[in-house]
Amino acid sequence: MQRRSPYPYWFVLPAAVVFVTLFLVPTVAAFWFSLTRWDLYTATYIGMENFRQFFSEPYLVQGLGHTLIYAVLTSATKSVFGLLLAVLLTSGIWAQGFLRTVVFFPVLVSTIGVGLTFSVLMHPTKGLFNVGLATIGIHGPGWLTDASLALYSVALVDLWKGVGLATLIYIAGLAAISPDYYEAARIDGATRIQQFWRVTVPLVRPATVTVVTLSLIGGLRSFDLIWAMTRGGPGFSSDVLASVIYKQYQAGFYGLSTAGNVILFLLIALLVLPLTWWFNRREVDL
Amino acid sequence: MKLIPSAALFSAFLLVSGLAHADTVLSVLSDNNPETLAALDALTKAYTAAHPDVTFEMEQKPGGADGDNMVKTRLATGEMSDILQYNSGSLFQALKPEQSLADLSDLSAQAGILDSFKSVVTAADGTVRGVPFGPAMGGGIYYNKPVYAALGLTVPTTWDEFMANNEKIKAAGKVAVAGTFGDTWSSQLFVLADFYNVAAADPTFAADYTANKAKYASIPAAMAGFQHLEDVYKAGYMNADFGAAKFDDGMRMVATGEAAHYPMLTFGIGSVKQNEPDNLNDVGFFAQPGTDAAHNGLTVWMPAALYTPAGGANLEEAKKFLDFVASVEGCNLMIKANGATGPYLIKGCELPADVPASVADMLPYFQKDGGTMPALEFLSPIKGPALEQITVAVGSGINTAAEGAALYDQDVEKQAKQLGLPNW
Repeated sequence: MQRRSPYPYWFVLPAAVVFVTLFLVPTVAAFWFSLTRWDLYTATYIGMENFRQFFSEPYLVQGLGHTLIYAVLTSATKSVFGLLLAVLLTSGIWAQGFLRTVVFFPVLVSTIGVGLTFSVLMHPTKGLFNVGLATIGIHGPGWLTDASLALYSVALVDLWKGVGLATLIYIAGLAAISPDYYEAARIDGATRIQQFWRVTVPLVRPATVTVVTLSLIGGLRSFDLIWAMTRGGPGFSSDVLASVIYKQYQAGFYGLSTAGNVILFLLIALLVLPLTWWFNRREVDL
Repeated sequence: MKLIPSAALFSAFLLVSGLAHADTVLSVLSDNNPETLAALDALTKAYTAAHPDVTFEMEQKPGGADGDNMVKTRLATGEMSDILQYNSGSLFQALKPEQSLADLSDLSAQAGILDSFKSVVTAADGTVRGVPFGPAMGGGIYYNKPVYAALGLTVPTTWDEFMANNEKIKAAGKVAVAGTFGDTWSSQLFVLADFYNVAAADPTFAADYTANKAKYASIPAAMAGFQHLEDVYKAGYMNADFGAAKFDDGMRMVATGEAAHYPMLTFGIGSVKQNEPDNLNDVGFFAQPGTDAAHNGLTVWMPAALYTPAGGANLEEAKKFLDFVASVEGCNLMIKANGATGPYLIKGCELPADVPASVADMLPYFQKDGGTMPALEFLSPIKGPALEQITVAVGSGINTAAEGAALYDQDVEKQAKQLGLPNW
C-alpha cells in the first residue's frame, strides 16, 4: 500500500505556481511559437516552415558540427587536465592550498570579462600572446581572426576557465578513494603509473561521470564565451548552434529562433539522455 | 506591471517638486557615437533652457545588430524610452512602425522637412513617423591627402584606377586599404556604397529586388561589390590586423597616413575631429568608383531619425521636443555642435562656408545633377541582417564573391518573408 504523504496537497501550491508559470507555460508556448512567423506583435501559423528554413540555413550544418567539436573537445580536455591537476594537487606538493585556489579562481570570474580580456590578449598584432611569441622569433597566428583557428582558440580559453571546476570535482572524487587500495597495490609492487591507471582512474569514475556530463552539456549550449570573443566570426567560422539561434533572434526572426531553440533542446536531450543512462549502468556493473 | 514603477516615480516627483508643477522627464535612447551625443546634448540643453519644466535622461545602446535587437524588444514590450534615435529606411521598416511608433504627420515642422527624407520614415500606411536627426551622409572612400601627394596619385573615377593606386601605395610600403572587421558592420561598405554603380548599370534594380526578380548572385553589376572585397583581400592591400581592428582604428589610420584609403560613411570624420584634430584636413573623400568614369557618383545615406513610441506616457511632450529638433533652430544647433559633416534635410538650414576637406570633397556630388543615388536600404524595405558576417567572410578570403552574393540572396529572402512582402 502506498503511504500517504503527511502534508496536504496544497503545500505544493507555491512551488507549483512558480514551476507552471515560469517553466511549463513558456516551454509549451515555445513549441507553439516555433510553428509561427512571429514579430512580437502578431504570430502567423506557418507549419514546419521555420524548421525547414532553419535546416536550410547555409551555416547551420557547419554550426552543428562546430557545436559537437566544441562540446567534445572542451569536455575531453577538461576531464583529462582536471584529473591530472587533481592528482597533482592532492599529492602534497608545496603550497598546495594556494595552488588549488589559483586553479579554481578563473571559475569565479565573469565569462564575458574573461572573453573580452582574452580577445585583447589574442589580438593578432598588439596582443600579449603574439607580442610574446614575436620576442622569441615566432610569428604568432591570428588566434581569433584566422577562420580555421578561431573556434579552437575559444575552446582553449573555455578550458582555462572551466578546468578549475573539473579539478575540484576530481579532488573530491580522489578523496573518496580509500588509501587501502593504494597500499594493496604498492604491496603487489605496482609503480606510480600503474597505480594511476589501475586504481585511480577506475575508482574516480563517479567524478568522471559528473565532469563529462556537466561539461558536455555546458559545451553544447555554450554561447557567452564565443559571443564575447568572436561573435561567431570571422564570417561564420566559429558559429555554434546557440550563436546561430541568437543571430536569428537579433535579426527579429523570433519564430525562427524559437524553432532553433526547440532543435537545441531536442539535440541536448538526444545526446545526454543515452550518455547518462550508459554511465549509470556502468556504475551499477562496478 | 508598469503601473507600479511609474506610480512610485510619480510620488517621488511630487516629493521633489513639492507639488509646485508637473515636471516632465523625457528619456532618450540613442547610439553611442560621439557626434550623436554631442548633437543630443546641444538640443536637450537648449530645449530645457526654453522649457525649464522639461528635463532629459540619456541612455545609450550598442550599434549594429545588438542595438537593433534591443530596440525591437523594447518597442514590443512597451519599455521604449520617450525619444528613440534610430536608422531610417529599411531598418525603420523592420520595426513595424505602423504599430510601434507614434504618427508625427501633424508636427508643424514637417512642412520644412524635405520630401526625400519623409519618404524614408513613412510607414506602410502612408504616415510619417520620424524627424531627421543629423546630416545626410555619403558612402565612399576616405583617402589620405599627404600620401596621395607624396606618391603623385590622382583621385580615381573607375575601380581599375583605384586598384592601380592601391598597387602603387603597396609598392611604397604602405597599407593601401584599412580593414576594420573587428567592427563587423564596417565591412559592408564596398557592397552598400557600390549601389550608385549598380543603379547606373541596372536602373530598375531596386524595384526588381523588392519584387523578388533581381538577385545579387545573377547580376554582375550587383555582385561587383562582393568582388571588390575579394580582390582587395587577395591583393593583400589591407593592414595586418584587419580582422581585429575597429572603426576608430580605421579613421586614425587614414587620418595619420598609416593607411591611404578607408571605405566608410562620411559621419566618420567626426571621429577624426575628436581624436586626431590636427589631421582633420589631411583626409579627403571620393565616391566609390565603378566601371565607367562618365558615370561617377555618390551613394547617399539618409540621416537617422528621432521617433517616439506609440502610446508613450509623455507622448505630447515628446512630440513638442521632436518638433523643435526638426526646426531650423534645432538644425543650426546640431551644426554648431558637430561642425558641418554633410547636407541637412531641413529647408532653410544652410551649411557654413568653412567645412572640413572631406566634406568639401563630398558636396559637389550633391550639387551635380544625377550625382547622387540613395543607398538600396532607402529604396527597398529589405536589408538582409547577415550582410556584415557575409562581407567579413568574403573580405577575409573565407568565401568567394560568388558564394557571398548567393548567401546574401538567401538572407534577403528570409527578411522579405518575415516582412510579409508579396511575391516571396
